[in-house]
Amino acid sequence: MIEGSLAEVCIIGGGPAGLAAAAAAVQRSARVVLIDDNPHPGGQIWRAEARGVRHVEVQSRLARIPADRLTILGQTSVVAAPATGELLVETPAGSRMIGYERLIIATGARERFLPFPGWTLPNVTGAGGLQALVKGGLPIAGKRVVVAGSGPLLIPVAATLREHGAEVLAIAEQAPRRRLIRFGLSMATDPAKLRQAGSYWRALRGVPYLTDCYPVAADGGEVLRRVILQQGAKIWQVECDYFACGFHLVPNLELPRLLGCRVESGRVLVDEWQRTSIDRILAAGEATGIGGLDLSLVEGTIAGHVATGDESSARRLFAKRRRAKSFAEALERAFAPGEVLRDLPSDRTIVCRCEDVSLGGLRPHSNWRAAKLQTRCGMGSCQGRICGPAVEFLLGWRHESVRPPVLPTSVETLVGQSAETE
Amino acid sequence: MNDLISIRVDGREVTVAEGMTVAAALLGAGISGFRRSVSGGVRGPLCGMGICFECRLTIDGVAHSRSCQILCRDGMEVRTDD
Repeated sequence: MIEGSLAEVCIIGGGPAGLAAAAAAVQRSARVVLIDDNPHPGGQIWRAEARGVRHVEVQSRLARIPADRLTILGQTSVVAAPATGELLVETPAGSRMIGYERLIIATGARERFLPFPGWTLPNVTGAGGLQALVKGGLPIAGKRVVVAGSGPLLIPVAATLREHGAEVLAIAEQAPRRRLIRFGLSMATDPAKLRQAGSYWRALRGVPYLTDCYPVAADGGEVLRRVILQQGAKIWQVECDYFACGFHLVPNLELPRLLGCRVESGRVLVDEWQRTSIDRILAAGEATGIGGLDLSLVEGTIAGHVATGDESSARRLFAKRRRAKSFAEALERAFAPGEVLRDLPSDRTIVCRCEDVSLGGLRPHSNWRAAKLQTRCGMGSCQGRICGPAVEFLLGWRHESVRPPVLPTSVETLVGQSAETE
Repeated sequence: MNDLISIRVDGREVTVAEGMTVAAALLGAGISGFRRSVSGGVRGPLCGMGICFECRLTIDGVAHSRSCQILCRDGMEVRTDD
Protein backbone atom coordinates (compact mmCIF):
# COMPACT_ATOMS: atom_id res chain seq x y z
CA MET A 1 0.00 0.00 0.00
CA ILE A 2 1.22 3.49 -0.78
CA GLU A 3 2.17 5.88 1.98
CA GLY A 4 -0.72 7.97 3.15
CA SER A 5 -3.41 5.73 1.68
CA LEU A 6 -6.25 4.36 3.71
CA ALA A 7 -7.01 0.76 4.62
CA GLU A 8 -10.65 -0.23 4.59
CA VAL A 9 -9.80 -2.95 7.06
CA CYS A 10 -6.61 -2.96 9.07
CA ILE A 11 -5.79 -6.09 11.04
CA ILE A 12 -3.21 -6.12 13.81
CA GLY A 13 -1.71 -9.57 14.23
CA GLY A 14 -1.00 -12.27 11.64
CA GLY A 15 -1.84 -15.33 13.70
CA PRO A 16 -4.85 -17.59 13.07
CA ALA A 17 -7.44 -14.96 14.06
CA GLY A 18 -5.80 -12.24 11.97
CA LEU A 19 -5.37 -14.47 8.92
CA ALA A 20 -8.96 -15.70 9.19
CA ALA A 21 -10.13 -12.10 9.46
CA ALA A 22 -8.11 -11.20 6.36
CA ALA A 23 -9.55 -14.13 4.37
CA ALA A 24 -13.10 -13.03 5.23
CA ALA A 25 -12.49 -9.31 4.72
CA VAL A 26 -10.99 -9.63 1.22
CA GLN A 27 -14.25 -11.14 0.01
CA ARG A 28 -15.74 -7.63 0.08
CA SER A 29 -12.78 -5.30 0.33
CA ALA A 30 -9.73 -4.82 -1.85
CA ARG A 31 -7.92 -2.66 0.67
CA VAL A 32 -7.04 -4.91 3.57
CA VAL A 33 -3.80 -4.40 5.48
CA LEU A 34 -2.35 -6.90 7.92
CA ILE A 35 0.33 -5.73 10.34
CA ASP A 36 2.59 -8.17 12.16
CA ASP A 37 5.58 -7.74 14.43
CA ASN A 38 7.24 -10.95 13.22
CA PRO A 39 9.23 -11.45 10.02
CA HIS A 40 6.54 -13.85 8.69
CA PRO A 41 2.80 -14.15 9.35
CA GLY A 42 1.47 -17.17 11.25
CA GLY A 43 1.55 -15.95 14.83
CA GLN A 44 2.98 -18.27 17.41
CA ILE A 45 1.14 -21.46 16.54
CA TRP A 46 1.89 -21.27 12.81
CA ARG A 47 5.34 -19.75 13.18
CA ALA A 48 7.56 -20.09 10.12
CA GLU A 49 10.62 -22.31 10.40
CA ALA A 50 14.06 -20.78 9.80
CA ARG A 51 14.35 -22.62 6.49
CA GLY A 52 12.29 -19.72 5.23
CA VAL A 53 9.27 -21.87 4.54
CA ARG A 54 5.94 -20.54 5.71
CA HIS A 55 3.83 -22.87 7.79
CA VAL A 56 1.61 -24.99 5.55
CA GLU A 57 -1.54 -23.50 7.11
CA VAL A 58 -0.30 -19.97 6.37
CA GLN A 59 0.64 -20.90 2.82
CA SER A 60 -2.70 -22.45 2.01
CA ARG A 61 -4.65 -19.58 3.55
CA LEU A 62 -2.64 -16.88 1.78
CA ALA A 63 -2.85 -18.80 -1.50
CA ARG A 64 -6.64 -18.36 -1.44
CA ILE A 65 -6.37 -14.58 -0.99
CA PRO A 66 -5.85 -12.53 -4.19
CA ALA A 67 -2.52 -10.77 -3.65
CA ASP A 68 -3.80 -7.39 -4.83
CA ARG A 69 -6.46 -7.26 -2.10
CA LEU A 70 -4.20 -7.82 0.92
CA THR A 71 -1.04 -5.97 1.96
CA ILE A 72 1.06 -7.69 4.62
CA LEU A 73 3.42 -5.49 6.59
CA GLY A 74 5.91 -7.75 8.43
CA GLN A 75 8.32 -6.73 11.18
CA THR A 76 5.98 -3.85 11.78
CA SER A 77 5.00 -2.73 15.26
CA VAL A 78 2.21 -0.38 16.24
CA VAL A 79 3.72 2.19 18.58
CA ALA A 80 0.91 4.69 19.01
CA ALA A 81 -2.64 5.58 18.02
CA PRO A 82 -2.61 9.36 17.78
CA ALA A 83 -6.27 9.65 16.70
CA THR A 84 -9.22 7.39 15.86
CA GLY A 85 -8.63 5.90 12.44
CA GLU A 86 -4.86 6.34 12.61
CA LEU A 87 -1.96 4.20 13.71
CA LEU A 88 1.69 5.11 13.98
CA VAL A 89 3.74 2.09 13.02
CA GLU A 90 7.43 1.33 12.90
CA THR A 91 8.71 -0.75 10.00
CA PRO A 92 12.27 -1.79 9.12
CA ALA A 93 12.21 1.09 6.61
CA GLY A 94 11.17 3.68 9.18
CA SER A 95 7.96 4.93 10.69
CA ARG A 96 4.71 5.75 8.94
CA MET A 97 1.05 6.42 9.57
CA ILE A 98 -1.65 3.98 8.54
CA GLY A 99 -5.24 5.11 8.27
CA TYR A 100 -8.13 2.70 8.65
CA GLU A 101 -11.90 2.62 8.39
CA ARG A 102 -12.26 -0.55 10.46
CA LEU A 103 -9.66 -2.06 12.75
CA ILE A 104 -9.48 -5.69 13.87
CA ILE A 105 -7.34 -6.41 16.91
CA ALA A 106 -5.90 -9.90 16.73
CA THR A 107 -2.91 -9.46 19.01
CA GLY A 108 -3.09 -12.98 20.41
CA ALA A 109 -1.56 -14.09 23.66
CA ARG A 110 1.75 -14.55 25.35
CA GLU A 111 2.99 -16.99 27.93
CA ARG A 112 2.39 -16.31 31.59
CA PHE A 113 5.70 -16.33 33.43
CA LEU A 114 5.73 -17.03 37.15
CA PRO A 115 8.91 -16.32 39.10
CA PHE A 116 10.87 -19.00 40.95
CA PRO A 117 14.46 -18.79 42.21
CA GLY A 118 16.80 -18.88 39.21
CA TRP A 119 14.21 -18.08 36.54
CA THR A 120 16.34 -15.18 35.28
CA LEU A 121 19.29 -17.44 34.36
CA PRO A 122 20.23 -17.64 30.68
CA ASN A 123 18.77 -20.77 29.04
CA VAL A 124 15.69 -20.66 31.23
CA THR A 125 13.12 -19.68 28.60
CA GLY A 126 9.42 -19.82 28.01
CA ALA A 127 8.02 -23.11 26.77
CA GLY A 128 6.61 -21.49 23.65
CA GLY A 129 9.70 -19.29 23.90
CA LEU A 130 12.09 -22.16 23.31
CA GLN A 131 9.87 -23.52 20.55
CA ALA A 132 9.99 -20.13 18.84
CA LEU A 133 13.78 -19.99 19.16
CA VAL A 134 14.11 -23.47 17.68
CA LYS A 135 11.82 -22.51 14.82
CA GLY A 136 14.08 -19.46 14.47
CA GLY A 137 16.97 -21.82 13.79
CA LEU A 138 18.40 -22.61 17.23
CA PRO A 139 20.11 -26.02 16.94
CA ILE A 140 18.67 -28.14 19.75
CA ALA A 141 19.80 -31.63 18.66
CA GLY A 142 21.37 -33.52 21.53
CA LYS A 143 20.46 -30.83 24.09
CA ARG A 144 18.82 -31.94 27.33
CA VAL A 145 15.58 -30.04 27.89
CA VAL A 146 12.99 -30.02 30.65
CA VAL A 147 9.60 -28.60 29.62
CA ALA A 148 7.46 -27.25 32.45
CA GLY A 149 4.70 -24.90 33.49
CA SER A 150 1.12 -25.42 32.44
CA GLY A 151 -1.25 -25.70 29.55
CA PRO A 152 -1.87 -27.76 26.44
CA LEU A 153 1.01 -25.87 24.76
CA LEU A 154 3.63 -27.88 26.68
CA ILE A 155 2.86 -30.97 24.61
CA PRO A 156 3.36 -29.57 21.07
CA VAL A 157 6.40 -27.68 22.39
CA ALA A 158 7.96 -30.93 23.62
CA ALA A 159 7.05 -32.61 20.34
CA THR A 160 8.72 -29.86 18.27
CA LEU A 161 11.86 -30.01 20.40
CA ARG A 162 12.07 -33.77 20.07
CA GLU A 163 11.46 -33.61 16.35
CA HIS A 164 14.50 -31.32 16.13
CA GLY A 165 16.60 -33.85 18.04
CA ALA A 166 16.39 -32.57 21.62
CA GLU A 167 16.49 -35.01 24.49
CA VAL A 168 13.27 -34.07 26.31
CA LEU A 169 13.81 -35.34 29.86
CA ALA A 170 10.36 -34.59 31.26
CA ILE A 171 7.22 -32.51 30.90
CA ALA A 172 6.19 -31.07 34.26
CA GLU A 173 2.56 -29.87 34.31
CA GLN A 174 1.46 -28.03 37.45
CA ALA A 175 -2.24 -28.86 37.03
CA PRO A 176 -3.55 -31.77 39.09
CA ARG A 177 -4.23 -35.07 37.35
CA ARG A 178 -7.97 -35.09 38.07
CA ARG A 179 -8.46 -31.72 36.32
CA LEU A 180 -6.50 -32.96 33.31
CA ILE A 181 -8.58 -36.12 33.07
CA ARG A 182 -11.75 -34.04 33.06
CA PHE A 183 -10.22 -31.79 30.37
CA GLY A 184 -9.26 -34.84 28.29
CA LEU A 185 -12.79 -36.23 28.53
CA SER A 186 -14.26 -32.92 27.41
CA MET A 187 -12.27 -33.23 24.17
CA ALA A 188 -13.07 -36.88 23.59
CA THR A 189 -16.05 -36.05 21.39
CA ASP A 190 -13.91 -34.09 18.92
CA PRO A 191 -12.33 -36.46 16.37
CA ALA A 192 -9.81 -33.87 15.10
CA LYS A 193 -8.53 -33.18 18.60
CA LEU A 194 -8.31 -36.91 19.33
CA ARG A 195 -6.27 -37.49 16.19
CA GLN A 196 -3.93 -34.69 17.14
CA ALA A 197 -3.58 -36.02 20.68
CA GLY A 198 -2.74 -39.44 19.22
CA SER A 199 0.03 -38.05 17.04
CA TYR A 200 1.58 -36.14 19.97
CA TRP A 201 1.34 -39.28 22.08
CA ARG A 202 3.39 -41.15 19.48
CA ALA A 203 5.87 -38.29 19.04
CA LEU A 204 6.48 -38.15 22.79
CA ARG A 205 6.68 -41.86 23.53
CA GLY A 206 9.00 -42.43 26.48
CA VAL A 207 8.89 -38.83 27.75
CA PRO A 208 7.47 -38.68 31.30
CA TYR A 209 4.43 -36.38 31.58
CA LEU A 210 4.32 -35.45 35.26
CA THR A 211 1.20 -33.83 36.72
CA ASP A 212 0.96 -31.83 39.98
CA CYS A 213 4.63 -31.09 39.21
CA TYR A 214 6.35 -27.71 39.18
CA PRO A 215 9.81 -26.14 39.32
CA VAL A 216 11.06 -24.95 42.71
CA ALA A 217 14.38 -23.56 41.45
CA ALA A 218 16.86 -23.36 38.61
CA ASP A 219 20.56 -22.83 39.21
CA GLY A 220 24.01 -22.93 37.68
CA GLY A 221 25.85 -19.64 38.27
CA GLU A 222 25.90 -17.61 35.03
CA VAL A 223 24.03 -20.14 32.90
CA LEU A 224 21.50 -22.85 33.65
CA ARG A 225 22.93 -26.20 34.80
CA ARG A 226 20.00 -27.88 36.55
CA VAL A 227 16.42 -27.47 37.69
CA ILE A 228 14.79 -28.69 40.84
CA LEU A 229 11.31 -30.13 40.42
CA GLN A 230 8.70 -30.98 43.01
CA GLN A 231 5.77 -33.37 42.84
CA GLY A 232 3.95 -33.84 46.12
CA ALA A 233 6.54 -34.57 48.79
CA LYS A 234 9.13 -35.62 46.23
CA ILE A 235 11.84 -33.09 45.30
CA TRP A 236 14.63 -33.91 42.87
CA GLN A 237 17.07 -32.23 40.53
CA VAL A 238 17.54 -32.68 36.80
CA GLU A 239 20.69 -31.63 34.94
CA CYS A 240 19.73 -29.91 31.69
CA ASP A 241 20.84 -27.44 29.01
CA TYR A 242 17.52 -25.63 28.59
CA PHE A 243 14.54 -25.23 30.87
CA ALA A 244 11.44 -24.30 28.88
CA CYS A 245 8.82 -23.07 31.31
CA GLY A 246 5.59 -21.13 30.80
CA PHE A 247 2.37 -21.16 32.78
CA HIS A 248 -0.34 -21.19 30.14
CA LEU A 249 -1.23 -17.99 28.30
CA VAL A 250 -2.48 -14.47 28.92
CA PRO A 251 -4.05 -12.18 26.29
CA ASN A 252 -1.97 -9.34 24.83
CA LEU A 253 -3.96 -6.31 25.93
CA GLU A 254 -1.55 -3.40 25.50
CA LEU A 255 -2.85 -2.35 22.08
CA PRO A 256 -6.57 -2.69 22.83
CA ARG A 257 -5.99 -0.69 26.02
CA LEU A 258 -4.05 1.95 24.11
CA LEU A 259 -7.00 2.21 21.73
CA GLY A 260 -9.36 2.65 24.67
CA CYS A 261 -11.19 -0.67 24.28
CA ARG A 262 -12.90 -1.89 27.40
CA VAL A 263 -11.09 -4.78 29.08
CA GLU A 264 -12.79 -6.97 31.66
CA SER A 265 -11.46 -9.99 33.57
CA GLY A 266 -8.23 -9.83 31.62
CA ARG A 267 -9.76 -9.91 28.14
CA VAL A 268 -11.07 -7.48 25.54
CA LEU A 269 -14.82 -7.15 25.88
CA VAL A 270 -16.63 -7.85 22.59
CA ASP A 271 -20.27 -8.23 21.59
CA GLU A 272 -21.66 -11.06 19.44
CA TRP A 273 -20.34 -9.25 16.31
CA GLN A 274 -16.80 -9.17 17.79
CA ARG A 275 -17.16 -5.37 18.20
CA THR A 276 -15.23 -3.78 21.08
CA SER A 277 -16.54 -0.88 23.15
CA ILE A 278 -14.90 1.52 20.66
CA ASP A 279 -16.67 2.35 17.43
CA ARG A 280 -15.07 0.82 14.30
CA ILE A 281 -12.73 -1.39 16.33
CA LEU A 282 -13.27 -5.15 16.50
CA ALA A 283 -11.29 -7.87 18.24
CA ALA A 284 -10.86 -11.59 17.67
CA GLY A 285 -8.85 -14.52 18.93
CA GLU A 286 -6.92 -14.91 22.17
CA ALA A 287 -7.06 -11.18 22.97
CA THR A 288 -10.75 -11.72 23.75
CA GLY A 289 -9.91 -14.66 26.06
CA ILE A 290 -7.73 -17.76 25.78
CA GLY A 291 -9.73 -20.20 23.67
CA GLY A 292 -7.43 -22.09 21.36
CA LEU A 293 -7.09 -22.36 17.61
CA ASP A 294 -10.66 -23.18 16.56
CA LEU A 295 -12.17 -20.29 18.49
CA SER A 296 -9.54 -17.89 17.13
CA LEU A 297 -10.31 -18.93 13.56
CA VAL A 298 -14.06 -18.57 13.86
CA GLU A 299 -13.85 -15.27 15.74
CA GLY A 300 -11.44 -13.93 13.14
CA THR A 301 -13.74 -14.94 10.29
CA ILE A 302 -16.73 -13.32 11.99
CA ALA A 303 -14.75 -10.11 12.60
CA GLY A 304 -13.62 -10.01 8.95
CA HIS A 305 -17.20 -10.33 7.73
CA VAL A 306 -18.59 -7.77 10.18
CA ALA A 307 -15.82 -5.27 9.34
CA THR A 308 -16.91 -5.40 5.70
CA GLY A 309 -20.64 -5.20 6.37
CA ASP A 310 -21.44 -8.87 5.74
CA GLU A 311 -23.49 -9.59 8.86
CA SER A 312 -25.34 -12.52 7.35
CA SER A 313 -22.13 -14.50 6.71
CA ALA A 314 -21.05 -13.65 10.24
CA ARG A 315 -24.30 -14.82 11.77
CA ARG A 316 -24.01 -18.23 10.13
CA LEU A 317 -20.87 -18.84 12.23
CA PHE A 318 -22.39 -18.08 15.61
CA ALA A 319 -23.21 -21.73 16.38
CA LYS A 320 -19.70 -22.82 15.46
CA ARG A 321 -18.29 -20.15 17.75
CA ARG A 322 -20.52 -21.35 20.58
CA ARG A 323 -19.11 -24.88 20.25
CA ALA A 324 -15.53 -23.61 20.19
CA LYS A 325 -16.20 -21.57 23.33
CA SER A 326 -16.93 -24.67 25.38
CA PHE A 327 -13.32 -25.75 24.75
CA ALA A 328 -12.17 -22.33 25.99
CA GLU A 329 -14.08 -22.85 29.23
CA ALA A 330 -12.58 -26.31 29.68
CA LEU A 331 -9.10 -24.81 29.16
CA GLU A 332 -9.65 -22.22 31.83
CA ARG A 333 -10.86 -24.79 34.34
CA ALA A 334 -8.03 -27.23 33.67
CA PHE A 335 -4.95 -25.00 33.61
CA ALA A 336 -5.57 -22.25 36.17
CA PRO A 337 -2.31 -21.84 38.13
CA GLY A 338 -2.42 -23.59 41.50
CA GLU A 339 -2.07 -21.82 44.84
CA VAL A 340 1.20 -23.58 45.58
CA LEU A 341 2.91 -21.57 42.80
CA ARG A 342 2.50 -18.42 44.90
CA ASP A 343 5.08 -19.84 47.30
CA LEU A 344 7.76 -20.46 44.68
CA PRO A 345 9.51 -17.07 44.77
CA SER A 346 11.40 -16.08 47.90
CA ASP A 347 11.58 -12.44 48.93
CA ARG A 348 14.91 -12.23 47.08
CA THR A 349 13.52 -13.61 43.81
CA ILE A 350 13.37 -11.01 41.05
CA VAL A 351 9.85 -10.37 39.77
CA CYS A 352 10.42 -7.39 37.42
CA ARG A 353 13.30 -8.49 35.23
CA CYS A 354 13.71 -5.11 33.52
CA GLU A 355 14.32 -3.18 36.73
CA ASP A 356 15.45 -6.07 38.97
CA VAL A 357 12.70 -5.60 41.54
CA SER A 358 12.39 -8.52 43.96
CA LEU A 359 9.24 -9.84 45.54
CA GLY A 360 10.49 -8.55 48.90
CA GLY A 361 10.83 -5.10 47.35
CA LEU A 362 7.19 -5.18 46.25
CA ARG A 363 5.67 -6.51 49.47
CA PRO A 364 5.68 -3.23 51.48
CA HIS A 365 3.43 -1.62 48.85
CA SER A 366 -0.30 -2.01 48.52
CA ASN A 367 -0.84 -1.53 44.78
CA TRP A 368 0.86 -1.16 41.40
CA ARG A 369 0.92 2.58 41.47
CA ALA A 370 2.74 2.82 44.77
CA ALA A 371 5.12 -0.01 43.88
CA LYS A 372 5.88 1.57 40.52
CA LEU A 373 6.69 4.96 41.99
CA GLN A 374 8.92 3.49 44.69
CA THR A 375 10.57 0.59 42.87
CA ARG A 376 10.14 1.22 39.09
CA CYS A 377 8.46 -2.21 38.84
CA GLY A 378 6.91 -2.55 35.39
CA MET A 379 8.58 0.61 34.06
CA GLY A 380 11.39 -1.00 32.06
CA SER A 381 11.62 -2.03 28.44
CA CYS A 382 8.81 -4.58 28.51
CA GLN A 383 6.50 -2.13 30.30
CA GLY A 384 5.12 -4.76 32.63
CA ARG A 385 4.33 -7.33 29.95
CA ILE A 386 6.25 -10.04 31.82
CA CYS A 387 5.93 -8.98 35.47
CA GLY A 388 2.33 -7.71 35.13
CA PRO A 389 0.63 -11.12 35.03
CA ALA A 390 3.10 -12.44 37.64
CA VAL A 391 2.36 -9.62 40.07
CA GLU A 392 -1.35 -10.03 39.48
CA PHE A 393 -1.07 -13.71 40.41
CA LEU A 394 1.31 -13.21 43.34
CA LEU A 395 -0.09 -10.05 44.92
CA GLY A 396 -3.48 -9.56 43.28
CA TRP A 397 -2.59 -6.16 41.76
CA ARG A 398 -3.85 -5.49 38.28
CA HIS A 399 -1.46 -3.84 35.83
CA GLU A 400 -3.44 -1.63 33.49
CA SER A 401 -1.65 1.51 32.57
CA VAL A 402 -0.49 1.77 28.99
CA ARG A 403 1.00 4.85 27.54
CA PRO A 404 2.39 5.43 24.08
CA PRO A 405 4.79 4.42 22.76
CA VAL A 406 3.65 0.90 23.65
CA LEU A 407 7.09 -0.41 22.71
CA PRO A 408 10.45 1.27 23.12
CA THR A 409 10.76 3.12 19.85
CA SER A 410 13.28 5.19 17.99
CA VAL A 411 13.54 8.89 18.60
CA GLU A 412 13.08 9.40 14.84
CA THR A 413 9.64 7.78 15.02
CA LEU A 414 8.54 10.02 17.85
CA VAL A 415 10.03 13.18 16.38
CA GLY A 416 8.39 12.34 13.06
CA GLN A 417 5.06 11.99 14.83
CA SER A 418 5.24 15.33 16.64
CA ALA A 419 6.37 17.06 13.44
CA GLU A 420 3.31 15.72 11.65
CA THR A 421 0.87 16.82 14.32
CA GLU A 422 2.26 20.36 14.53
CA MET B 1 19.88 -26.62 3.37
CA ASN B 2 20.10 -22.89 3.56
CA ASP B 3 23.12 -20.89 2.46
CA LEU B 4 25.68 -20.07 5.10
CA ILE B 5 26.36 -16.45 5.90
CA SER B 6 28.52 -14.83 8.51
CA ILE B 7 27.81 -12.26 11.16
CA ARG B 8 30.19 -10.67 13.67
CA VAL B 9 29.37 -10.91 17.37
CA ASP B 10 31.52 -8.62 19.53
CA GLY B 11 34.11 -8.75 16.77
CA ARG B 12 34.11 -12.54 16.50
CA GLU B 13 32.98 -14.11 13.24
CA VAL B 14 30.07 -16.55 13.54
CA THR B 15 28.84 -18.64 10.62
CA VAL B 16 25.08 -19.16 10.56
CA ALA B 17 22.44 -20.51 8.21
CA GLU B 18 20.52 -17.84 6.35
CA GLY B 19 17.04 -17.37 7.77
CA MET B 20 18.08 -17.78 11.41
CA THR B 21 17.07 -15.19 13.93
CA VAL B 22 19.93 -13.35 15.60
CA ALA B 23 18.90 -14.75 19.01
CA ALA B 24 19.00 -18.32 17.68
CA ALA B 25 22.37 -17.67 16.04
CA LEU B 26 23.98 -16.47 19.27
CA LEU B 27 22.56 -19.31 21.38
CA GLY B 28 23.64 -21.76 18.70
CA ALA B 29 27.18 -20.34 18.88
CA GLY B 30 27.20 -21.01 22.62
CA ILE B 31 26.59 -17.39 23.66
CA SER B 32 23.83 -17.56 26.26
CA GLY B 33 24.48 -14.26 28.08
CA PHE B 34 23.06 -11.47 25.92
CA ARG B 35 23.12 -8.59 28.36
CA ARG B 36 23.58 -7.56 31.97
CA SER B 37 20.59 -6.53 34.03
CA VAL B 38 20.51 -3.26 36.00
CA SER B 39 22.04 -5.05 38.99
CA GLY B 40 24.53 -7.00 36.92
CA GLY B 41 22.83 -10.38 36.42
CA VAL B 42 23.45 -12.23 33.15
CA ARG B 43 20.37 -12.50 30.94
CA GLY B 44 19.42 -14.25 27.74
CA PRO B 45 16.28 -14.78 25.63
CA LEU B 46 13.09 -15.60 27.51
CA CYS B 47 9.88 -15.22 25.48
CA GLY B 48 11.24 -15.77 21.96
CA MET B 49 8.46 -13.61 20.53
CA GLY B 50 9.43 -9.98 20.97
CA ILE B 51 7.67 -9.26 24.24
CA CYS B 52 10.25 -9.41 27.04
CA PHE B 53 13.25 -7.50 25.63
CA GLU B 54 15.67 -9.83 27.45
CA CYS B 55 17.36 -10.75 24.14
CA ARG B 56 18.06 -7.17 23.17
CA LEU B 57 21.35 -6.46 21.43
CA THR B 58 22.94 -3.71 19.42
CA ILE B 59 22.47 -4.82 15.82
CA ASP B 60 24.17 -2.86 13.04
CA GLY B 61 24.49 0.06 15.40
CA VAL B 62 20.85 0.06 16.50
CA ALA B 63 20.69 -0.32 20.27
CA HIS B 64 17.84 -2.15 21.98
CA SER B 65 17.09 -4.41 19.00
CA ARG B 66 15.00 -7.47 19.82
CA SER B 67 17.24 -10.19 18.45
CA CYS B 68 14.50 -12.85 18.45
CA GLN B 69 12.52 -10.85 15.87
CA ILE B 70 15.40 -10.04 13.51
CA LEU B 71 16.85 -12.37 10.89
CA CYS B 72 20.61 -12.62 10.34
CA ARG B 73 22.04 -10.84 7.31
CA ASP B 74 25.48 -11.41 5.86
CA GLY B 75 27.98 -9.02 7.42
CA MET B 76 25.72 -8.05 10.30
CA GLU B 77 27.49 -6.47 13.28
CA VAL B 78 26.13 -7.59 16.64
CA ARG B 79 27.14 -6.35 20.08
CA THR B 80 26.09 -7.91 23.38
CA ASP B 81 25.65 -6.01 26.67
CA ASP B 82 23.27 -3.50 25.12
